[in-house]
Amino acid sequence: MAEIVLEHITKRFPDGSLAVDDFNLDIRDGEFVILVGPSGCGKSTTLNMIAGLEDITSGELRIGGQVVNTKTPKDRDIAMVFQSYALYPHMTVRENMGFALKLAKTPQNVINEKVEEAARILDLTQHLDRRPANLSGGQRQRVAMGRAIVRDPAAFLMDEPLSNLDAKLRVQMRTEVSRIQRRLGTTTVYVTHDQTEAMTLGDRVAVMRTGILQQAGTPKELYDRPVNLFVAGFIGSPAMNFLSGTLEDGRLRTALGDFQLSDRLRREVEGSGSGRDVIVGLRPENFEDAALVSAENRPAGITFRTSIDVLESLGSDVFVYFTRGQEQGVSAVELEELARDSGRADTGGSGDTIVARLNASTRIREGQEAELWVNGRAMHIFDPASGRNLSLAGDDDGPVSAPGAAAQDEHAATEADGSVDVQALPGQDGPAGEVT
Amino acid sequence: MAAISTTPRQKLGWGAANVFVIALALIPVLWMISLSFKTPTAITASSCSKQSGFFQCFFPAQWTWGNYSQILKTATFVRPLLNSIGIGLIATFISVALASMAAYAIARLRFPGKQVLIGMALLIAMFPIIALVTPMFTIERALGLFNTWPGLIIPYVAFGLPLGIYTLSAFFREIPWELEKAAKVDGATPFQAFIRVIAPLAAPGMVTTAILVFLASWNEFLLAISLTSTISARTAPASLAYLSGSSQFTVPTGPIAAAAVVITIPIIIFVLFFQRRIVAGLTSGAVKG
Repeated sequence: MAEIVLEHITKRFPDGSLAVDDFNLDIRDGEFVILVGPSGCGKSTTLNMIAGLEDITSGELRIGGQVVNTKTPKDRDIAMVFQSYALYPHMTVRENMGFALKLAKTPQNVINEKVEEAARILDLTQHLDRRPANLSGGQRQRVAMGRAIVRDPAAFLMDEPLSNLDAKLRVQMRTEVSRIQRRLGTTTVYVTHDQTEAMTLGDRVAVMRTGILQQAGTPKELYDRPVNLFVAGFIGSPAMNFLSGTLEDGRLRTALGDFQLSDRLRREVEGSGSGRDVIVGLRPENFEDAALVSAENRPAGITFRTSIDVLESLGSDVFVYFTRGQEQGVSAVELEELARDSGRADTGGSGDTIVARLNASTRIREGQEAELWVNGRAMHIFDPASGRNLSLAGDDDGPVSAPGAAAQDEHAATEADGSVDVQALPGQDGPAGEVT
Repeated sequence: MAAISTTPRQKLGWGAANVFVIALALIPVLWMISLSFKTPTAITASSCSKQSGFFQCFFPAQWTWGNYSQILKTATFVRPLLNSIGIGLIATFISVALASMAAYAIARLRFPGKQVLIGMALLIAMFPIIALVTPMFTIERALGLFNTWPGLIIPYVAFGLPLGIYTLSAFFREIPWELEKAAKVDGATPFQAFIRVIAPLAAPGMVTTAILVFLASWNEFLLAISLTSTISARTAPASLAYLSGSSQFTVPTGPIAAAAVVITIPIIIFVLFFQRRIVAGLTSGAVKG
């Protein structure tokens, strides 16, 4: 058990490329921290530096209060789970799990005891004498976990441990990892490129891009208050919709309609020096079938008519896809990178298709014209040049000033008339769609 | 592949071609075995004239162990046989041990001069041995290595190393690097990681290398005959040249054939014994299926 402190950690490879740039993060004792980002963002390099498998170019790394920059992995008391599991193929499961203890010259009876205890936790007891080649993917993954557990180390480091499993098993193991971490209370740093994994597992999530830490916070914080365009686009599934917007006379003109901005936000946007053009971010769940929005809530947003291109009903929710003719597409370096990396066609700048997540009771049909409502208060406004989220600074009543609605308590409204409350839609509180 | 479109006619054709090639390769061997069981008179007699049939000529009319008992009784052959085994095993062991470490470094590390090193190794492997015989003879005489075991072991190791480094670095490259990282995180020193994780996984490669190096030194003739003068260090292939017949003027065809059979047997056993290990990949299951 230990805290891990990264101070101004920088990694420059011999060829001069900067992999990690001035990374600062305090990981508290027992905390489960996720490093997430697209491939090549430096998250694995950061993890390898914590493990001692990569040298730290500059900065200070402390594990349990001790500076470990120059210590070898064996002196850092950390255990690591690799993406490929890296099980020793010539050893049985028992030998694999006990290898670290054997190297540490632990008495054989203690090793046996610990290995059997770990096997019990991981449900591997009947496989102890088999070799990795004879195990299924999920079992191998558990052995890799077991190898870390028996060590009882200061910290677990996990490098995309679930990415080689099939989708169903991944969801299952995700719960398992979470359960084990909670049970053992060991500080854990977990690297993934999957934002769903990041959101569901972590106490805190650190989003990285091109070697730079973008934002670290609880999943809820990242979801509700992304500091920039990249974090906003990366976190959430389906991803946030991005539209170009123009400020005119205190109003924000977008392809969906005009939003009335609060004075504070207008000052913020105008003061940012980014000109009149901004990028507007709206999450799919900020939309609703206008017919299902109560009269009290309507002023908080705007309604618009559009024809629905595609409608996907998941039973619990309905996703609708539609396009709005935009004068110019949204363009920002960060969005392009997001789209390129994730391969998700619906990620922001890749096109002008907008995804909306509606209540399952909607009567909207595919191919028909429909009236949708979008919650202006949940809107994020980004500076297209720097990507900074302009709507964050000291916001307490949201970016849109809508008299009446702004002051009203959303949940009270739902209880009062039983109508659908946008803020209380399923998924609004849960950060990601795929919750298990 | 052949199953795509083979008519019985084609099958027959291929079968005949195969039989022909195998016969071509095996007839000298069988001839040697046959000779080794013939009596001296049968060998020298002109029983293989044009009139006699093939079988009459090919198979010994009278089977005898005489040639074998003769060579296995003379120190001229038995001592070189022991030399061959000893020198071969020692050279193999040293070559494989050094080559594994060198190959591991080449496969894993980036260091200046790596390409030069690999180039040098290749150069040594390609160097015509005959060009080295005279200088080596002089050097070994000066160092007192002439006609000793080390006098042969050292050049055999030198020629075995490039081969070993090449074969083994290919094997090491196949081993997932993450295994080594895992071992390091598990608390292993680099040497422990090599000995306990990497080397066992490279075992098939090491066995392959060992077989190749052993075969090379077992079959080596040029250095063996040039760098030895007595049976104290002479190896079996070289000793064949020194086998004598019943008189000074008889060519000892029978004993030579018997000796040739004797030195072939260990090779066959060696290869058959290790073949399975070479083929079986040990690395399966290390990483995701």
